[in-house]
Amino acid sequence: MNSAARRTFLTWLLAMLAGGAIVWNSRFSADMSFFLPAHPSAEQQILVNQIKEGVVSRLLMIAIEGGDADQRATLSRDLRGRLEKTARFASIQNGEAGSHDADRAFLFKHRYLLSPAVTPARFTVDGLQSAISNSIDLLASPAGFVLKPLLTRDPTGELVELLGGLNVGTQPNLHGGVWASRDGERAMLLVQTKALGSDTDGQEAAIKAIKEEFSASVDANRISDATIQISGPGVFAVNSRALIKGEVTRLSLISSLAIICVLFFVYRSPRLLTLGLLPVVSGVLAGVVAVSLVYGTVFGITVGFGSALIGEAVDYSIYYFVQSGRMGFAEWRERFWPTIRLGVLTSVCGFGALLFSGFPGLAQLGLYSLTGVLAAAIVTRFVLPQLADGAKMTRDLSPLGGTVAKAIHAVHSLRWPVLLLAVLAAAHLLVHRDSLWHPDLSVLSTATSEESALDMRLRADIAAPDSRHMVVINASDLETALQAAESTGEKLDHLVATGVIGSYDSPARFLPSVAKQKARCASLPTTTDLRLRLQMAQTGSPLAAEKLVGFIDDVAAAKMHCAISRESLAGTGLALAVDALLLPHSGGFSVLLPLHPVVGEPSRPLAVDSVRDALTGTDAMVIDLKAELDKLYNDYLREAILLSLGGLMAIVVLLAATLRSPGRLGAVMLPLVLSVLIVIAGLSLIGERLHLLHLVGMLLIVAVGSNYALFFDRSNDQHRLDAETLVSMLVANLTTAIGFGTLALSKVPVLHAVGVTVGPGAILALLLSAIFVPRATTT
Amino acid sequence: MIRKLFVSLLLGLLALPALGAFDVGQLMSDLSRNRGGRAKFVEKKYISFLDKPVVSTGEMTYSAPDRLEKRTVTPKPETLVLDKDMLSIEREKQKLSINLANQPEALAFIDSIRGTLAGNRAALEKNYLLHLAGSPENWTLTMLPSDQKISALVQRIIVTGSKSQVRSIEYLQADGDRSVLSIEAVEGR
Repeated sequence: MNSAARRTFLTWLLAMLAGGAIVWNSRFSADMSFFLPAHPSAEQQILVNQIKEGVVSRLLMIAIEGGDADQRATLSRDLRGRLEKTARFASIQNGEAGSHDADRAFLFKHRYLLSPAVTPARFTVDGLQSAISNSIDLLASPAGFVLKPLLTRDPTGELVELLGGLNVGTQPNLHGGVWASRDGERAMLLVQTKALGSDTDGQEAAIKAIKEEFSASVDANRISDATIQISGPGVFAVNSRALIKGEVTRLSLISSLAIICVLFFVYRSPRLLTLGLLPVVSGVLAGVVAVSLVYGTVFGITVGFGSALIGEAVDYSIYYFVQSGRMGFAEWRERFWPTIRLGVLTSVCGFGALLFSGFPGLAQLGLYSLTGVLAAAIVTRFVLPQLADGAKMTRDLSPLGGTVAKAIHAVHSLRWPVLLLAVLAAAHLLVHRDSLWHPDLSVLSTATSEESALDMRLRADIAAPDSRHMVVINASDLETALQAAESTGEKLDHLVATGVIGSYDSPARFLPSVAKQKARCASLPTTTDLRLRLQMAQTGSPLAAEKLVGFIDDVAAAKMHCAISRESLAGTGLALAVDALLLPHSGGFSVLLPLHPVVGEPSRPLAVDSVRDALTGTDAMVIDLKAELDKLYNDYLREAILLSLGGLMAIVVLLAATLRSPGRLGAVMLPLVLSVLIVIAGLSLIGERLHLLHLVGMLLIVAVGSNYALFFDRSNDQHRLDAETLVSMLVANLTTAIGFGTLALSKVPVLHAVGVTVGPGAILALLLSAIFVPRATTT
Repeated sequence: MIRKLFVSLLLGLLALPALGAFDVGQLMSDLSRNRGGRAKFVEKKYISFLDKPVVSTGEMTYSAPDRLEKRTVTPKPETLVLDKDMLSIEREKQKLSINLANQPEALAFIDSIRGTLAGNRAALEKNYLLHLAGSPENWTLTMLPSDQKISALVQRIIVTGSKSQVRSIEYLQADGDRSVLSIEAVEGR
């Protein structure tokens, strides 16, 4: 190694070490942010917050199976007690009697500040008379027995008013005093983690705690055949992360081993093999470094894409070693480097188009691959020849090259069949154009069908809240936020009365605004007045005023303490409800008012438009989270179409500017376009529902495939392609196909789609380029 | 029609030997022949803190063996339907459904009325000690809860009737309050 080479090597080594240090300190993540918009609209921001921090994202559903009903109930109670001690959960519900005592006590104690029925009119002689006789009528009903014990203290029925506004909906079934599934075969619990939905470590720890406490409980109660099932967004996140982690290792290993085997077969030299992998290692490292520096966080899926990058990046060193074998570096640089450089640039155009995506995962994949390819090419061009120091391939590839050349000659006759195939492919795509695409974002989720089925079943068993629709109001401070919740609530009350919505939740229900509290307090009469009015109101009533001492005392006590704050709610489940619906942020507060459909009509979609109409002229936004998610995906898809077309345009312009001949441009592009057509039609035929990432794959077929088509274009100038060039193309193509093809094995839909599209696409691009190479130059 | 005729014929025949020995078994088999019907009801609830009972009136429909509908007209319209183990209550705009299968105490309470109407001795004896007095034309069946969980709800249930027709049901609740449901058939069977 001469001193120039040593300098180059040291520079490279330093760069690698620096890169290694950056990667070591990088933050890796495998959460949902991969899919969440980088620049969300106001509505999307709500969606993002809900997914990352919302109450629903922190809910875990637990089912206990096995044993008999009593044993399951015992385990449910025991598990609840154990989980409470772990301090990892904000709430643990299993339907146990007594678990809502604190809530009821709070509601009853503060009923005169909380009940929407408390107005001055309520405490006039007429108001009292009508409210009390109403309560007495209620005693005639079977529902009255709940009311009876409290009636003399709450004769106007404020607690009934309060409970009536709550989402009674469908409660889970009870078995042995705890929640059970509909068929009674499982005991059900619903827990809310303290960890945010976006905190995958926290979710993992919470799930682990549940499993550990359950097995401890099973041991303690000597119930051996009981099992536990857990589902919820946290479980999906944890499983997804584990899947991605496992796949990153597995896929990279498969792809590396396969490529090393191929290289060893070609080089038959450990030294060349090692040197040939230098650009690959450099490229992968540079990719991660670039992503880490630009985005701060590296997504696991991005790293998983590395297996494809390995296949692509190794091409350059293959070209170098195979092609420069006889001619030496200088001539290689002159003859082949321009073609390779153009290929690098088309790849860069393809990956670069993704950089503009608002879909953060896609933008990262773009940056990662672009940097990786560039770094690999640069290391091949400037570092590798120095380090190789004249190391050459000794193996004679001409027999192999001869075979390839013969094969190319033979496949010429396939021109017309291929064109026919492409026409058929186009016809197939045209006929099935409406069913080609998967319509929603769920297709990108890593959840397996078993996981989704379990989730659906537990959700139905526990009657988990459907929080698809909500009204959102932004306010600068807490009081304004609560007042807005109250005024919007009045409009929603009207919609409940007319049967448009079944019910809604509001933080103001348990934490009224100060203004509202003052108004209600002022409605309460003094003890003297109340006593007098009761005497008049109750003349002739079966409930004599003298029996209502408890009522008079309670009203007097309520008038004394006319303030509840968030702190007053501490220790009740209501505090959680308020916190879930009142989200502080830098600019103040967001109030969420989830809407629930009319009970018994869950199949009838909630009339969002009627809600919107009712709220026009206010600042309230009506959001359908499912629709937002669908819209998000459609935005991504539309954007991906534009970016793919943009990338394609860039490649065409680049090639046109370099080749300077419409004929040559056409000859390079035709096989690529046909490859895309045939691959997509093929995927559709084997039943793949196409999505966003297949579309990106289509762009990459052109971007990556053009590398091979370009060598055939060169054969125009250089007469026949020599054996080395043909072999290098074949090997490079094979490694690329291995790299992308490995992704096709992935269970992560994002990676699978790209792999299954680009893997076959790359091979086809080479094959079709060979088939369509102009005849004059090969004879 | 033919079926009805056949049933009443059978009833008449069976009534003869029963005269001598009127016991719970006899009453139950009489009751079980009541396939259903419509009746007016008046329910009076005597509650400690009220000077007068709360009175409600309406109509009941029973279809053997396990559907009972109680439509209250006064003081406030309310519909209560018991269909197998599903109890639903509809009042004003509110609707509530409860699956009684999961609420053993409530089910035992409901079974007292359902078991009587259907003549299901086994269902009644599961939760109550039965005592019968009177004659087939004017009988009184007293039920005392055998389980503490149920006696925490109700102390005693007294059902009176004539032949297969229930005339009244009285509940004496654990807190001393009492309700009396008087039933008058609209169409005799």
